[in-house]
Amino acid sequence: MESLDPRIRPADLEASPASSGLAQNEEWETYAVFHQDKRGEQHVFVGIVHAPDPELALLFAKEQFGRRKKTVNLWVVRSADIFTFQHEDDDMFSTVPEKTYREASGYPVRKRINKYLEEVKAVAEHMRDAVEL
Amino acid sequence: MADDELIIGHRNSEWTGLGPILEEDIAFSSIAQDQIGHALANYALLNEHFGEPTPDIIAFSRNEKEFRSSQFVELPIGDYAFSLMRHFLFDHAESLRYSLLTESSFAPLSSLAKKIKGELKYHVLHADMWVQKLGKGTEESHARMQLALNETFPYALGMFEPPNFDRELEGQNIFIGETALQTRWLEVITPILEHANLQLPSLPIKERMYGGRQGYHTEYLQPLIDEMTEVYRLDPAATW
Repeated sequence: MESLDPRIRPADLEASPASSGLAQNEEWETYAVFHQDKRGEQHVFVGIVHAPDPELALLFAKEQFGRRKKTVNLWVVRSADIFTFQHEDDDMFSTVPEKTYREASGYPVRKRINKYLEEVKAVAEHMRDAVEL
Repeated sequence: MADDELIIGHRNSEWTGLGPILEEDIAFSSIAQDQIGHALANYALLNEHFGEPTPDIIAFSRNEKEFRSSQFVELPIGDYAFSLMRHFLFDHAESLRYSLLTESSFAPLSSLAKKIKGELKYHVLHADMWVQKLGKGTEESHARMQLALNETFPYALGMFEPPNFDRELEGQNIFIGETALQTRWLEVITPILEHANLQLPSLPIKERMYGGRQGYHTEYLQPLIDEMTEVYRLDPAATW
């Protein structure tokens, strides 16, 4: 099946045999593994595996991270492809606690949601009454 | 079937803690565990439907003559290439066997076959991947895989030694038969091996290693059974 997300490369198990041979390589790379426990949920980083290529990384990830909990999908990403800040620069983030107005929890949406739900309920009741009449 | 799964599961589990790298050790150990699980499921069917003793008794209280496993599965683990090649040849046969059994007229077996389909899919993926990677890898890895194929192939054909009741199973639509399975197996593995630059040995038919299904085994089975049953024999009536 074609991937619904063209940014991601899915393994084609039907097309296995895998593409390439293994080169002489003492030091394997690490791959970050992302685990999904339910369709539609986010893939969450769970750890790394050592592997010489993405195919073997996925093969190993399946047993390392898929065997003890419910799993519907895994991603592997070469650790070297992850771009990140350095921990020394975490002072960039340190002003956030003072700016509580930026936290999503600060938004007064609950009232509006409740008001909307009440409206829907009222309309539904009205419709039912109309049908019964 | 169950004896093959128990014995190869035990052999493959001998790699636990010794695998070439941690991740592969875990994967191969899981596969070994699956295989022992399949043996258990089949022994349980014998117990429930055919009046055989409980799975533990079937597994642990017979001697080698009573085992119906092929000689293929009892051979020592050798180097990792040998074990990987055996895993490749075995799990392709296993996967095809169970896939055919999903159509079996014996319902408990067809439902077992459906249940373990996903496990076998992973076994085959794992085996294919390694055969490709090493077959097309370095000169040394290719040479080791080819040697392993040459050594294992005559024994692998022993998996398809027809039991005395082969015709009967076919007649009652329980199973298609060993010869048909072997034909399909060769159709599947040949292109994969070719793709990995590995050459299937052509050998005279008399060199295939039959006998296991009749209870004739190599010198390697009894020591395996002794080790496997060591704890059980201390107190067969113990509960766990």
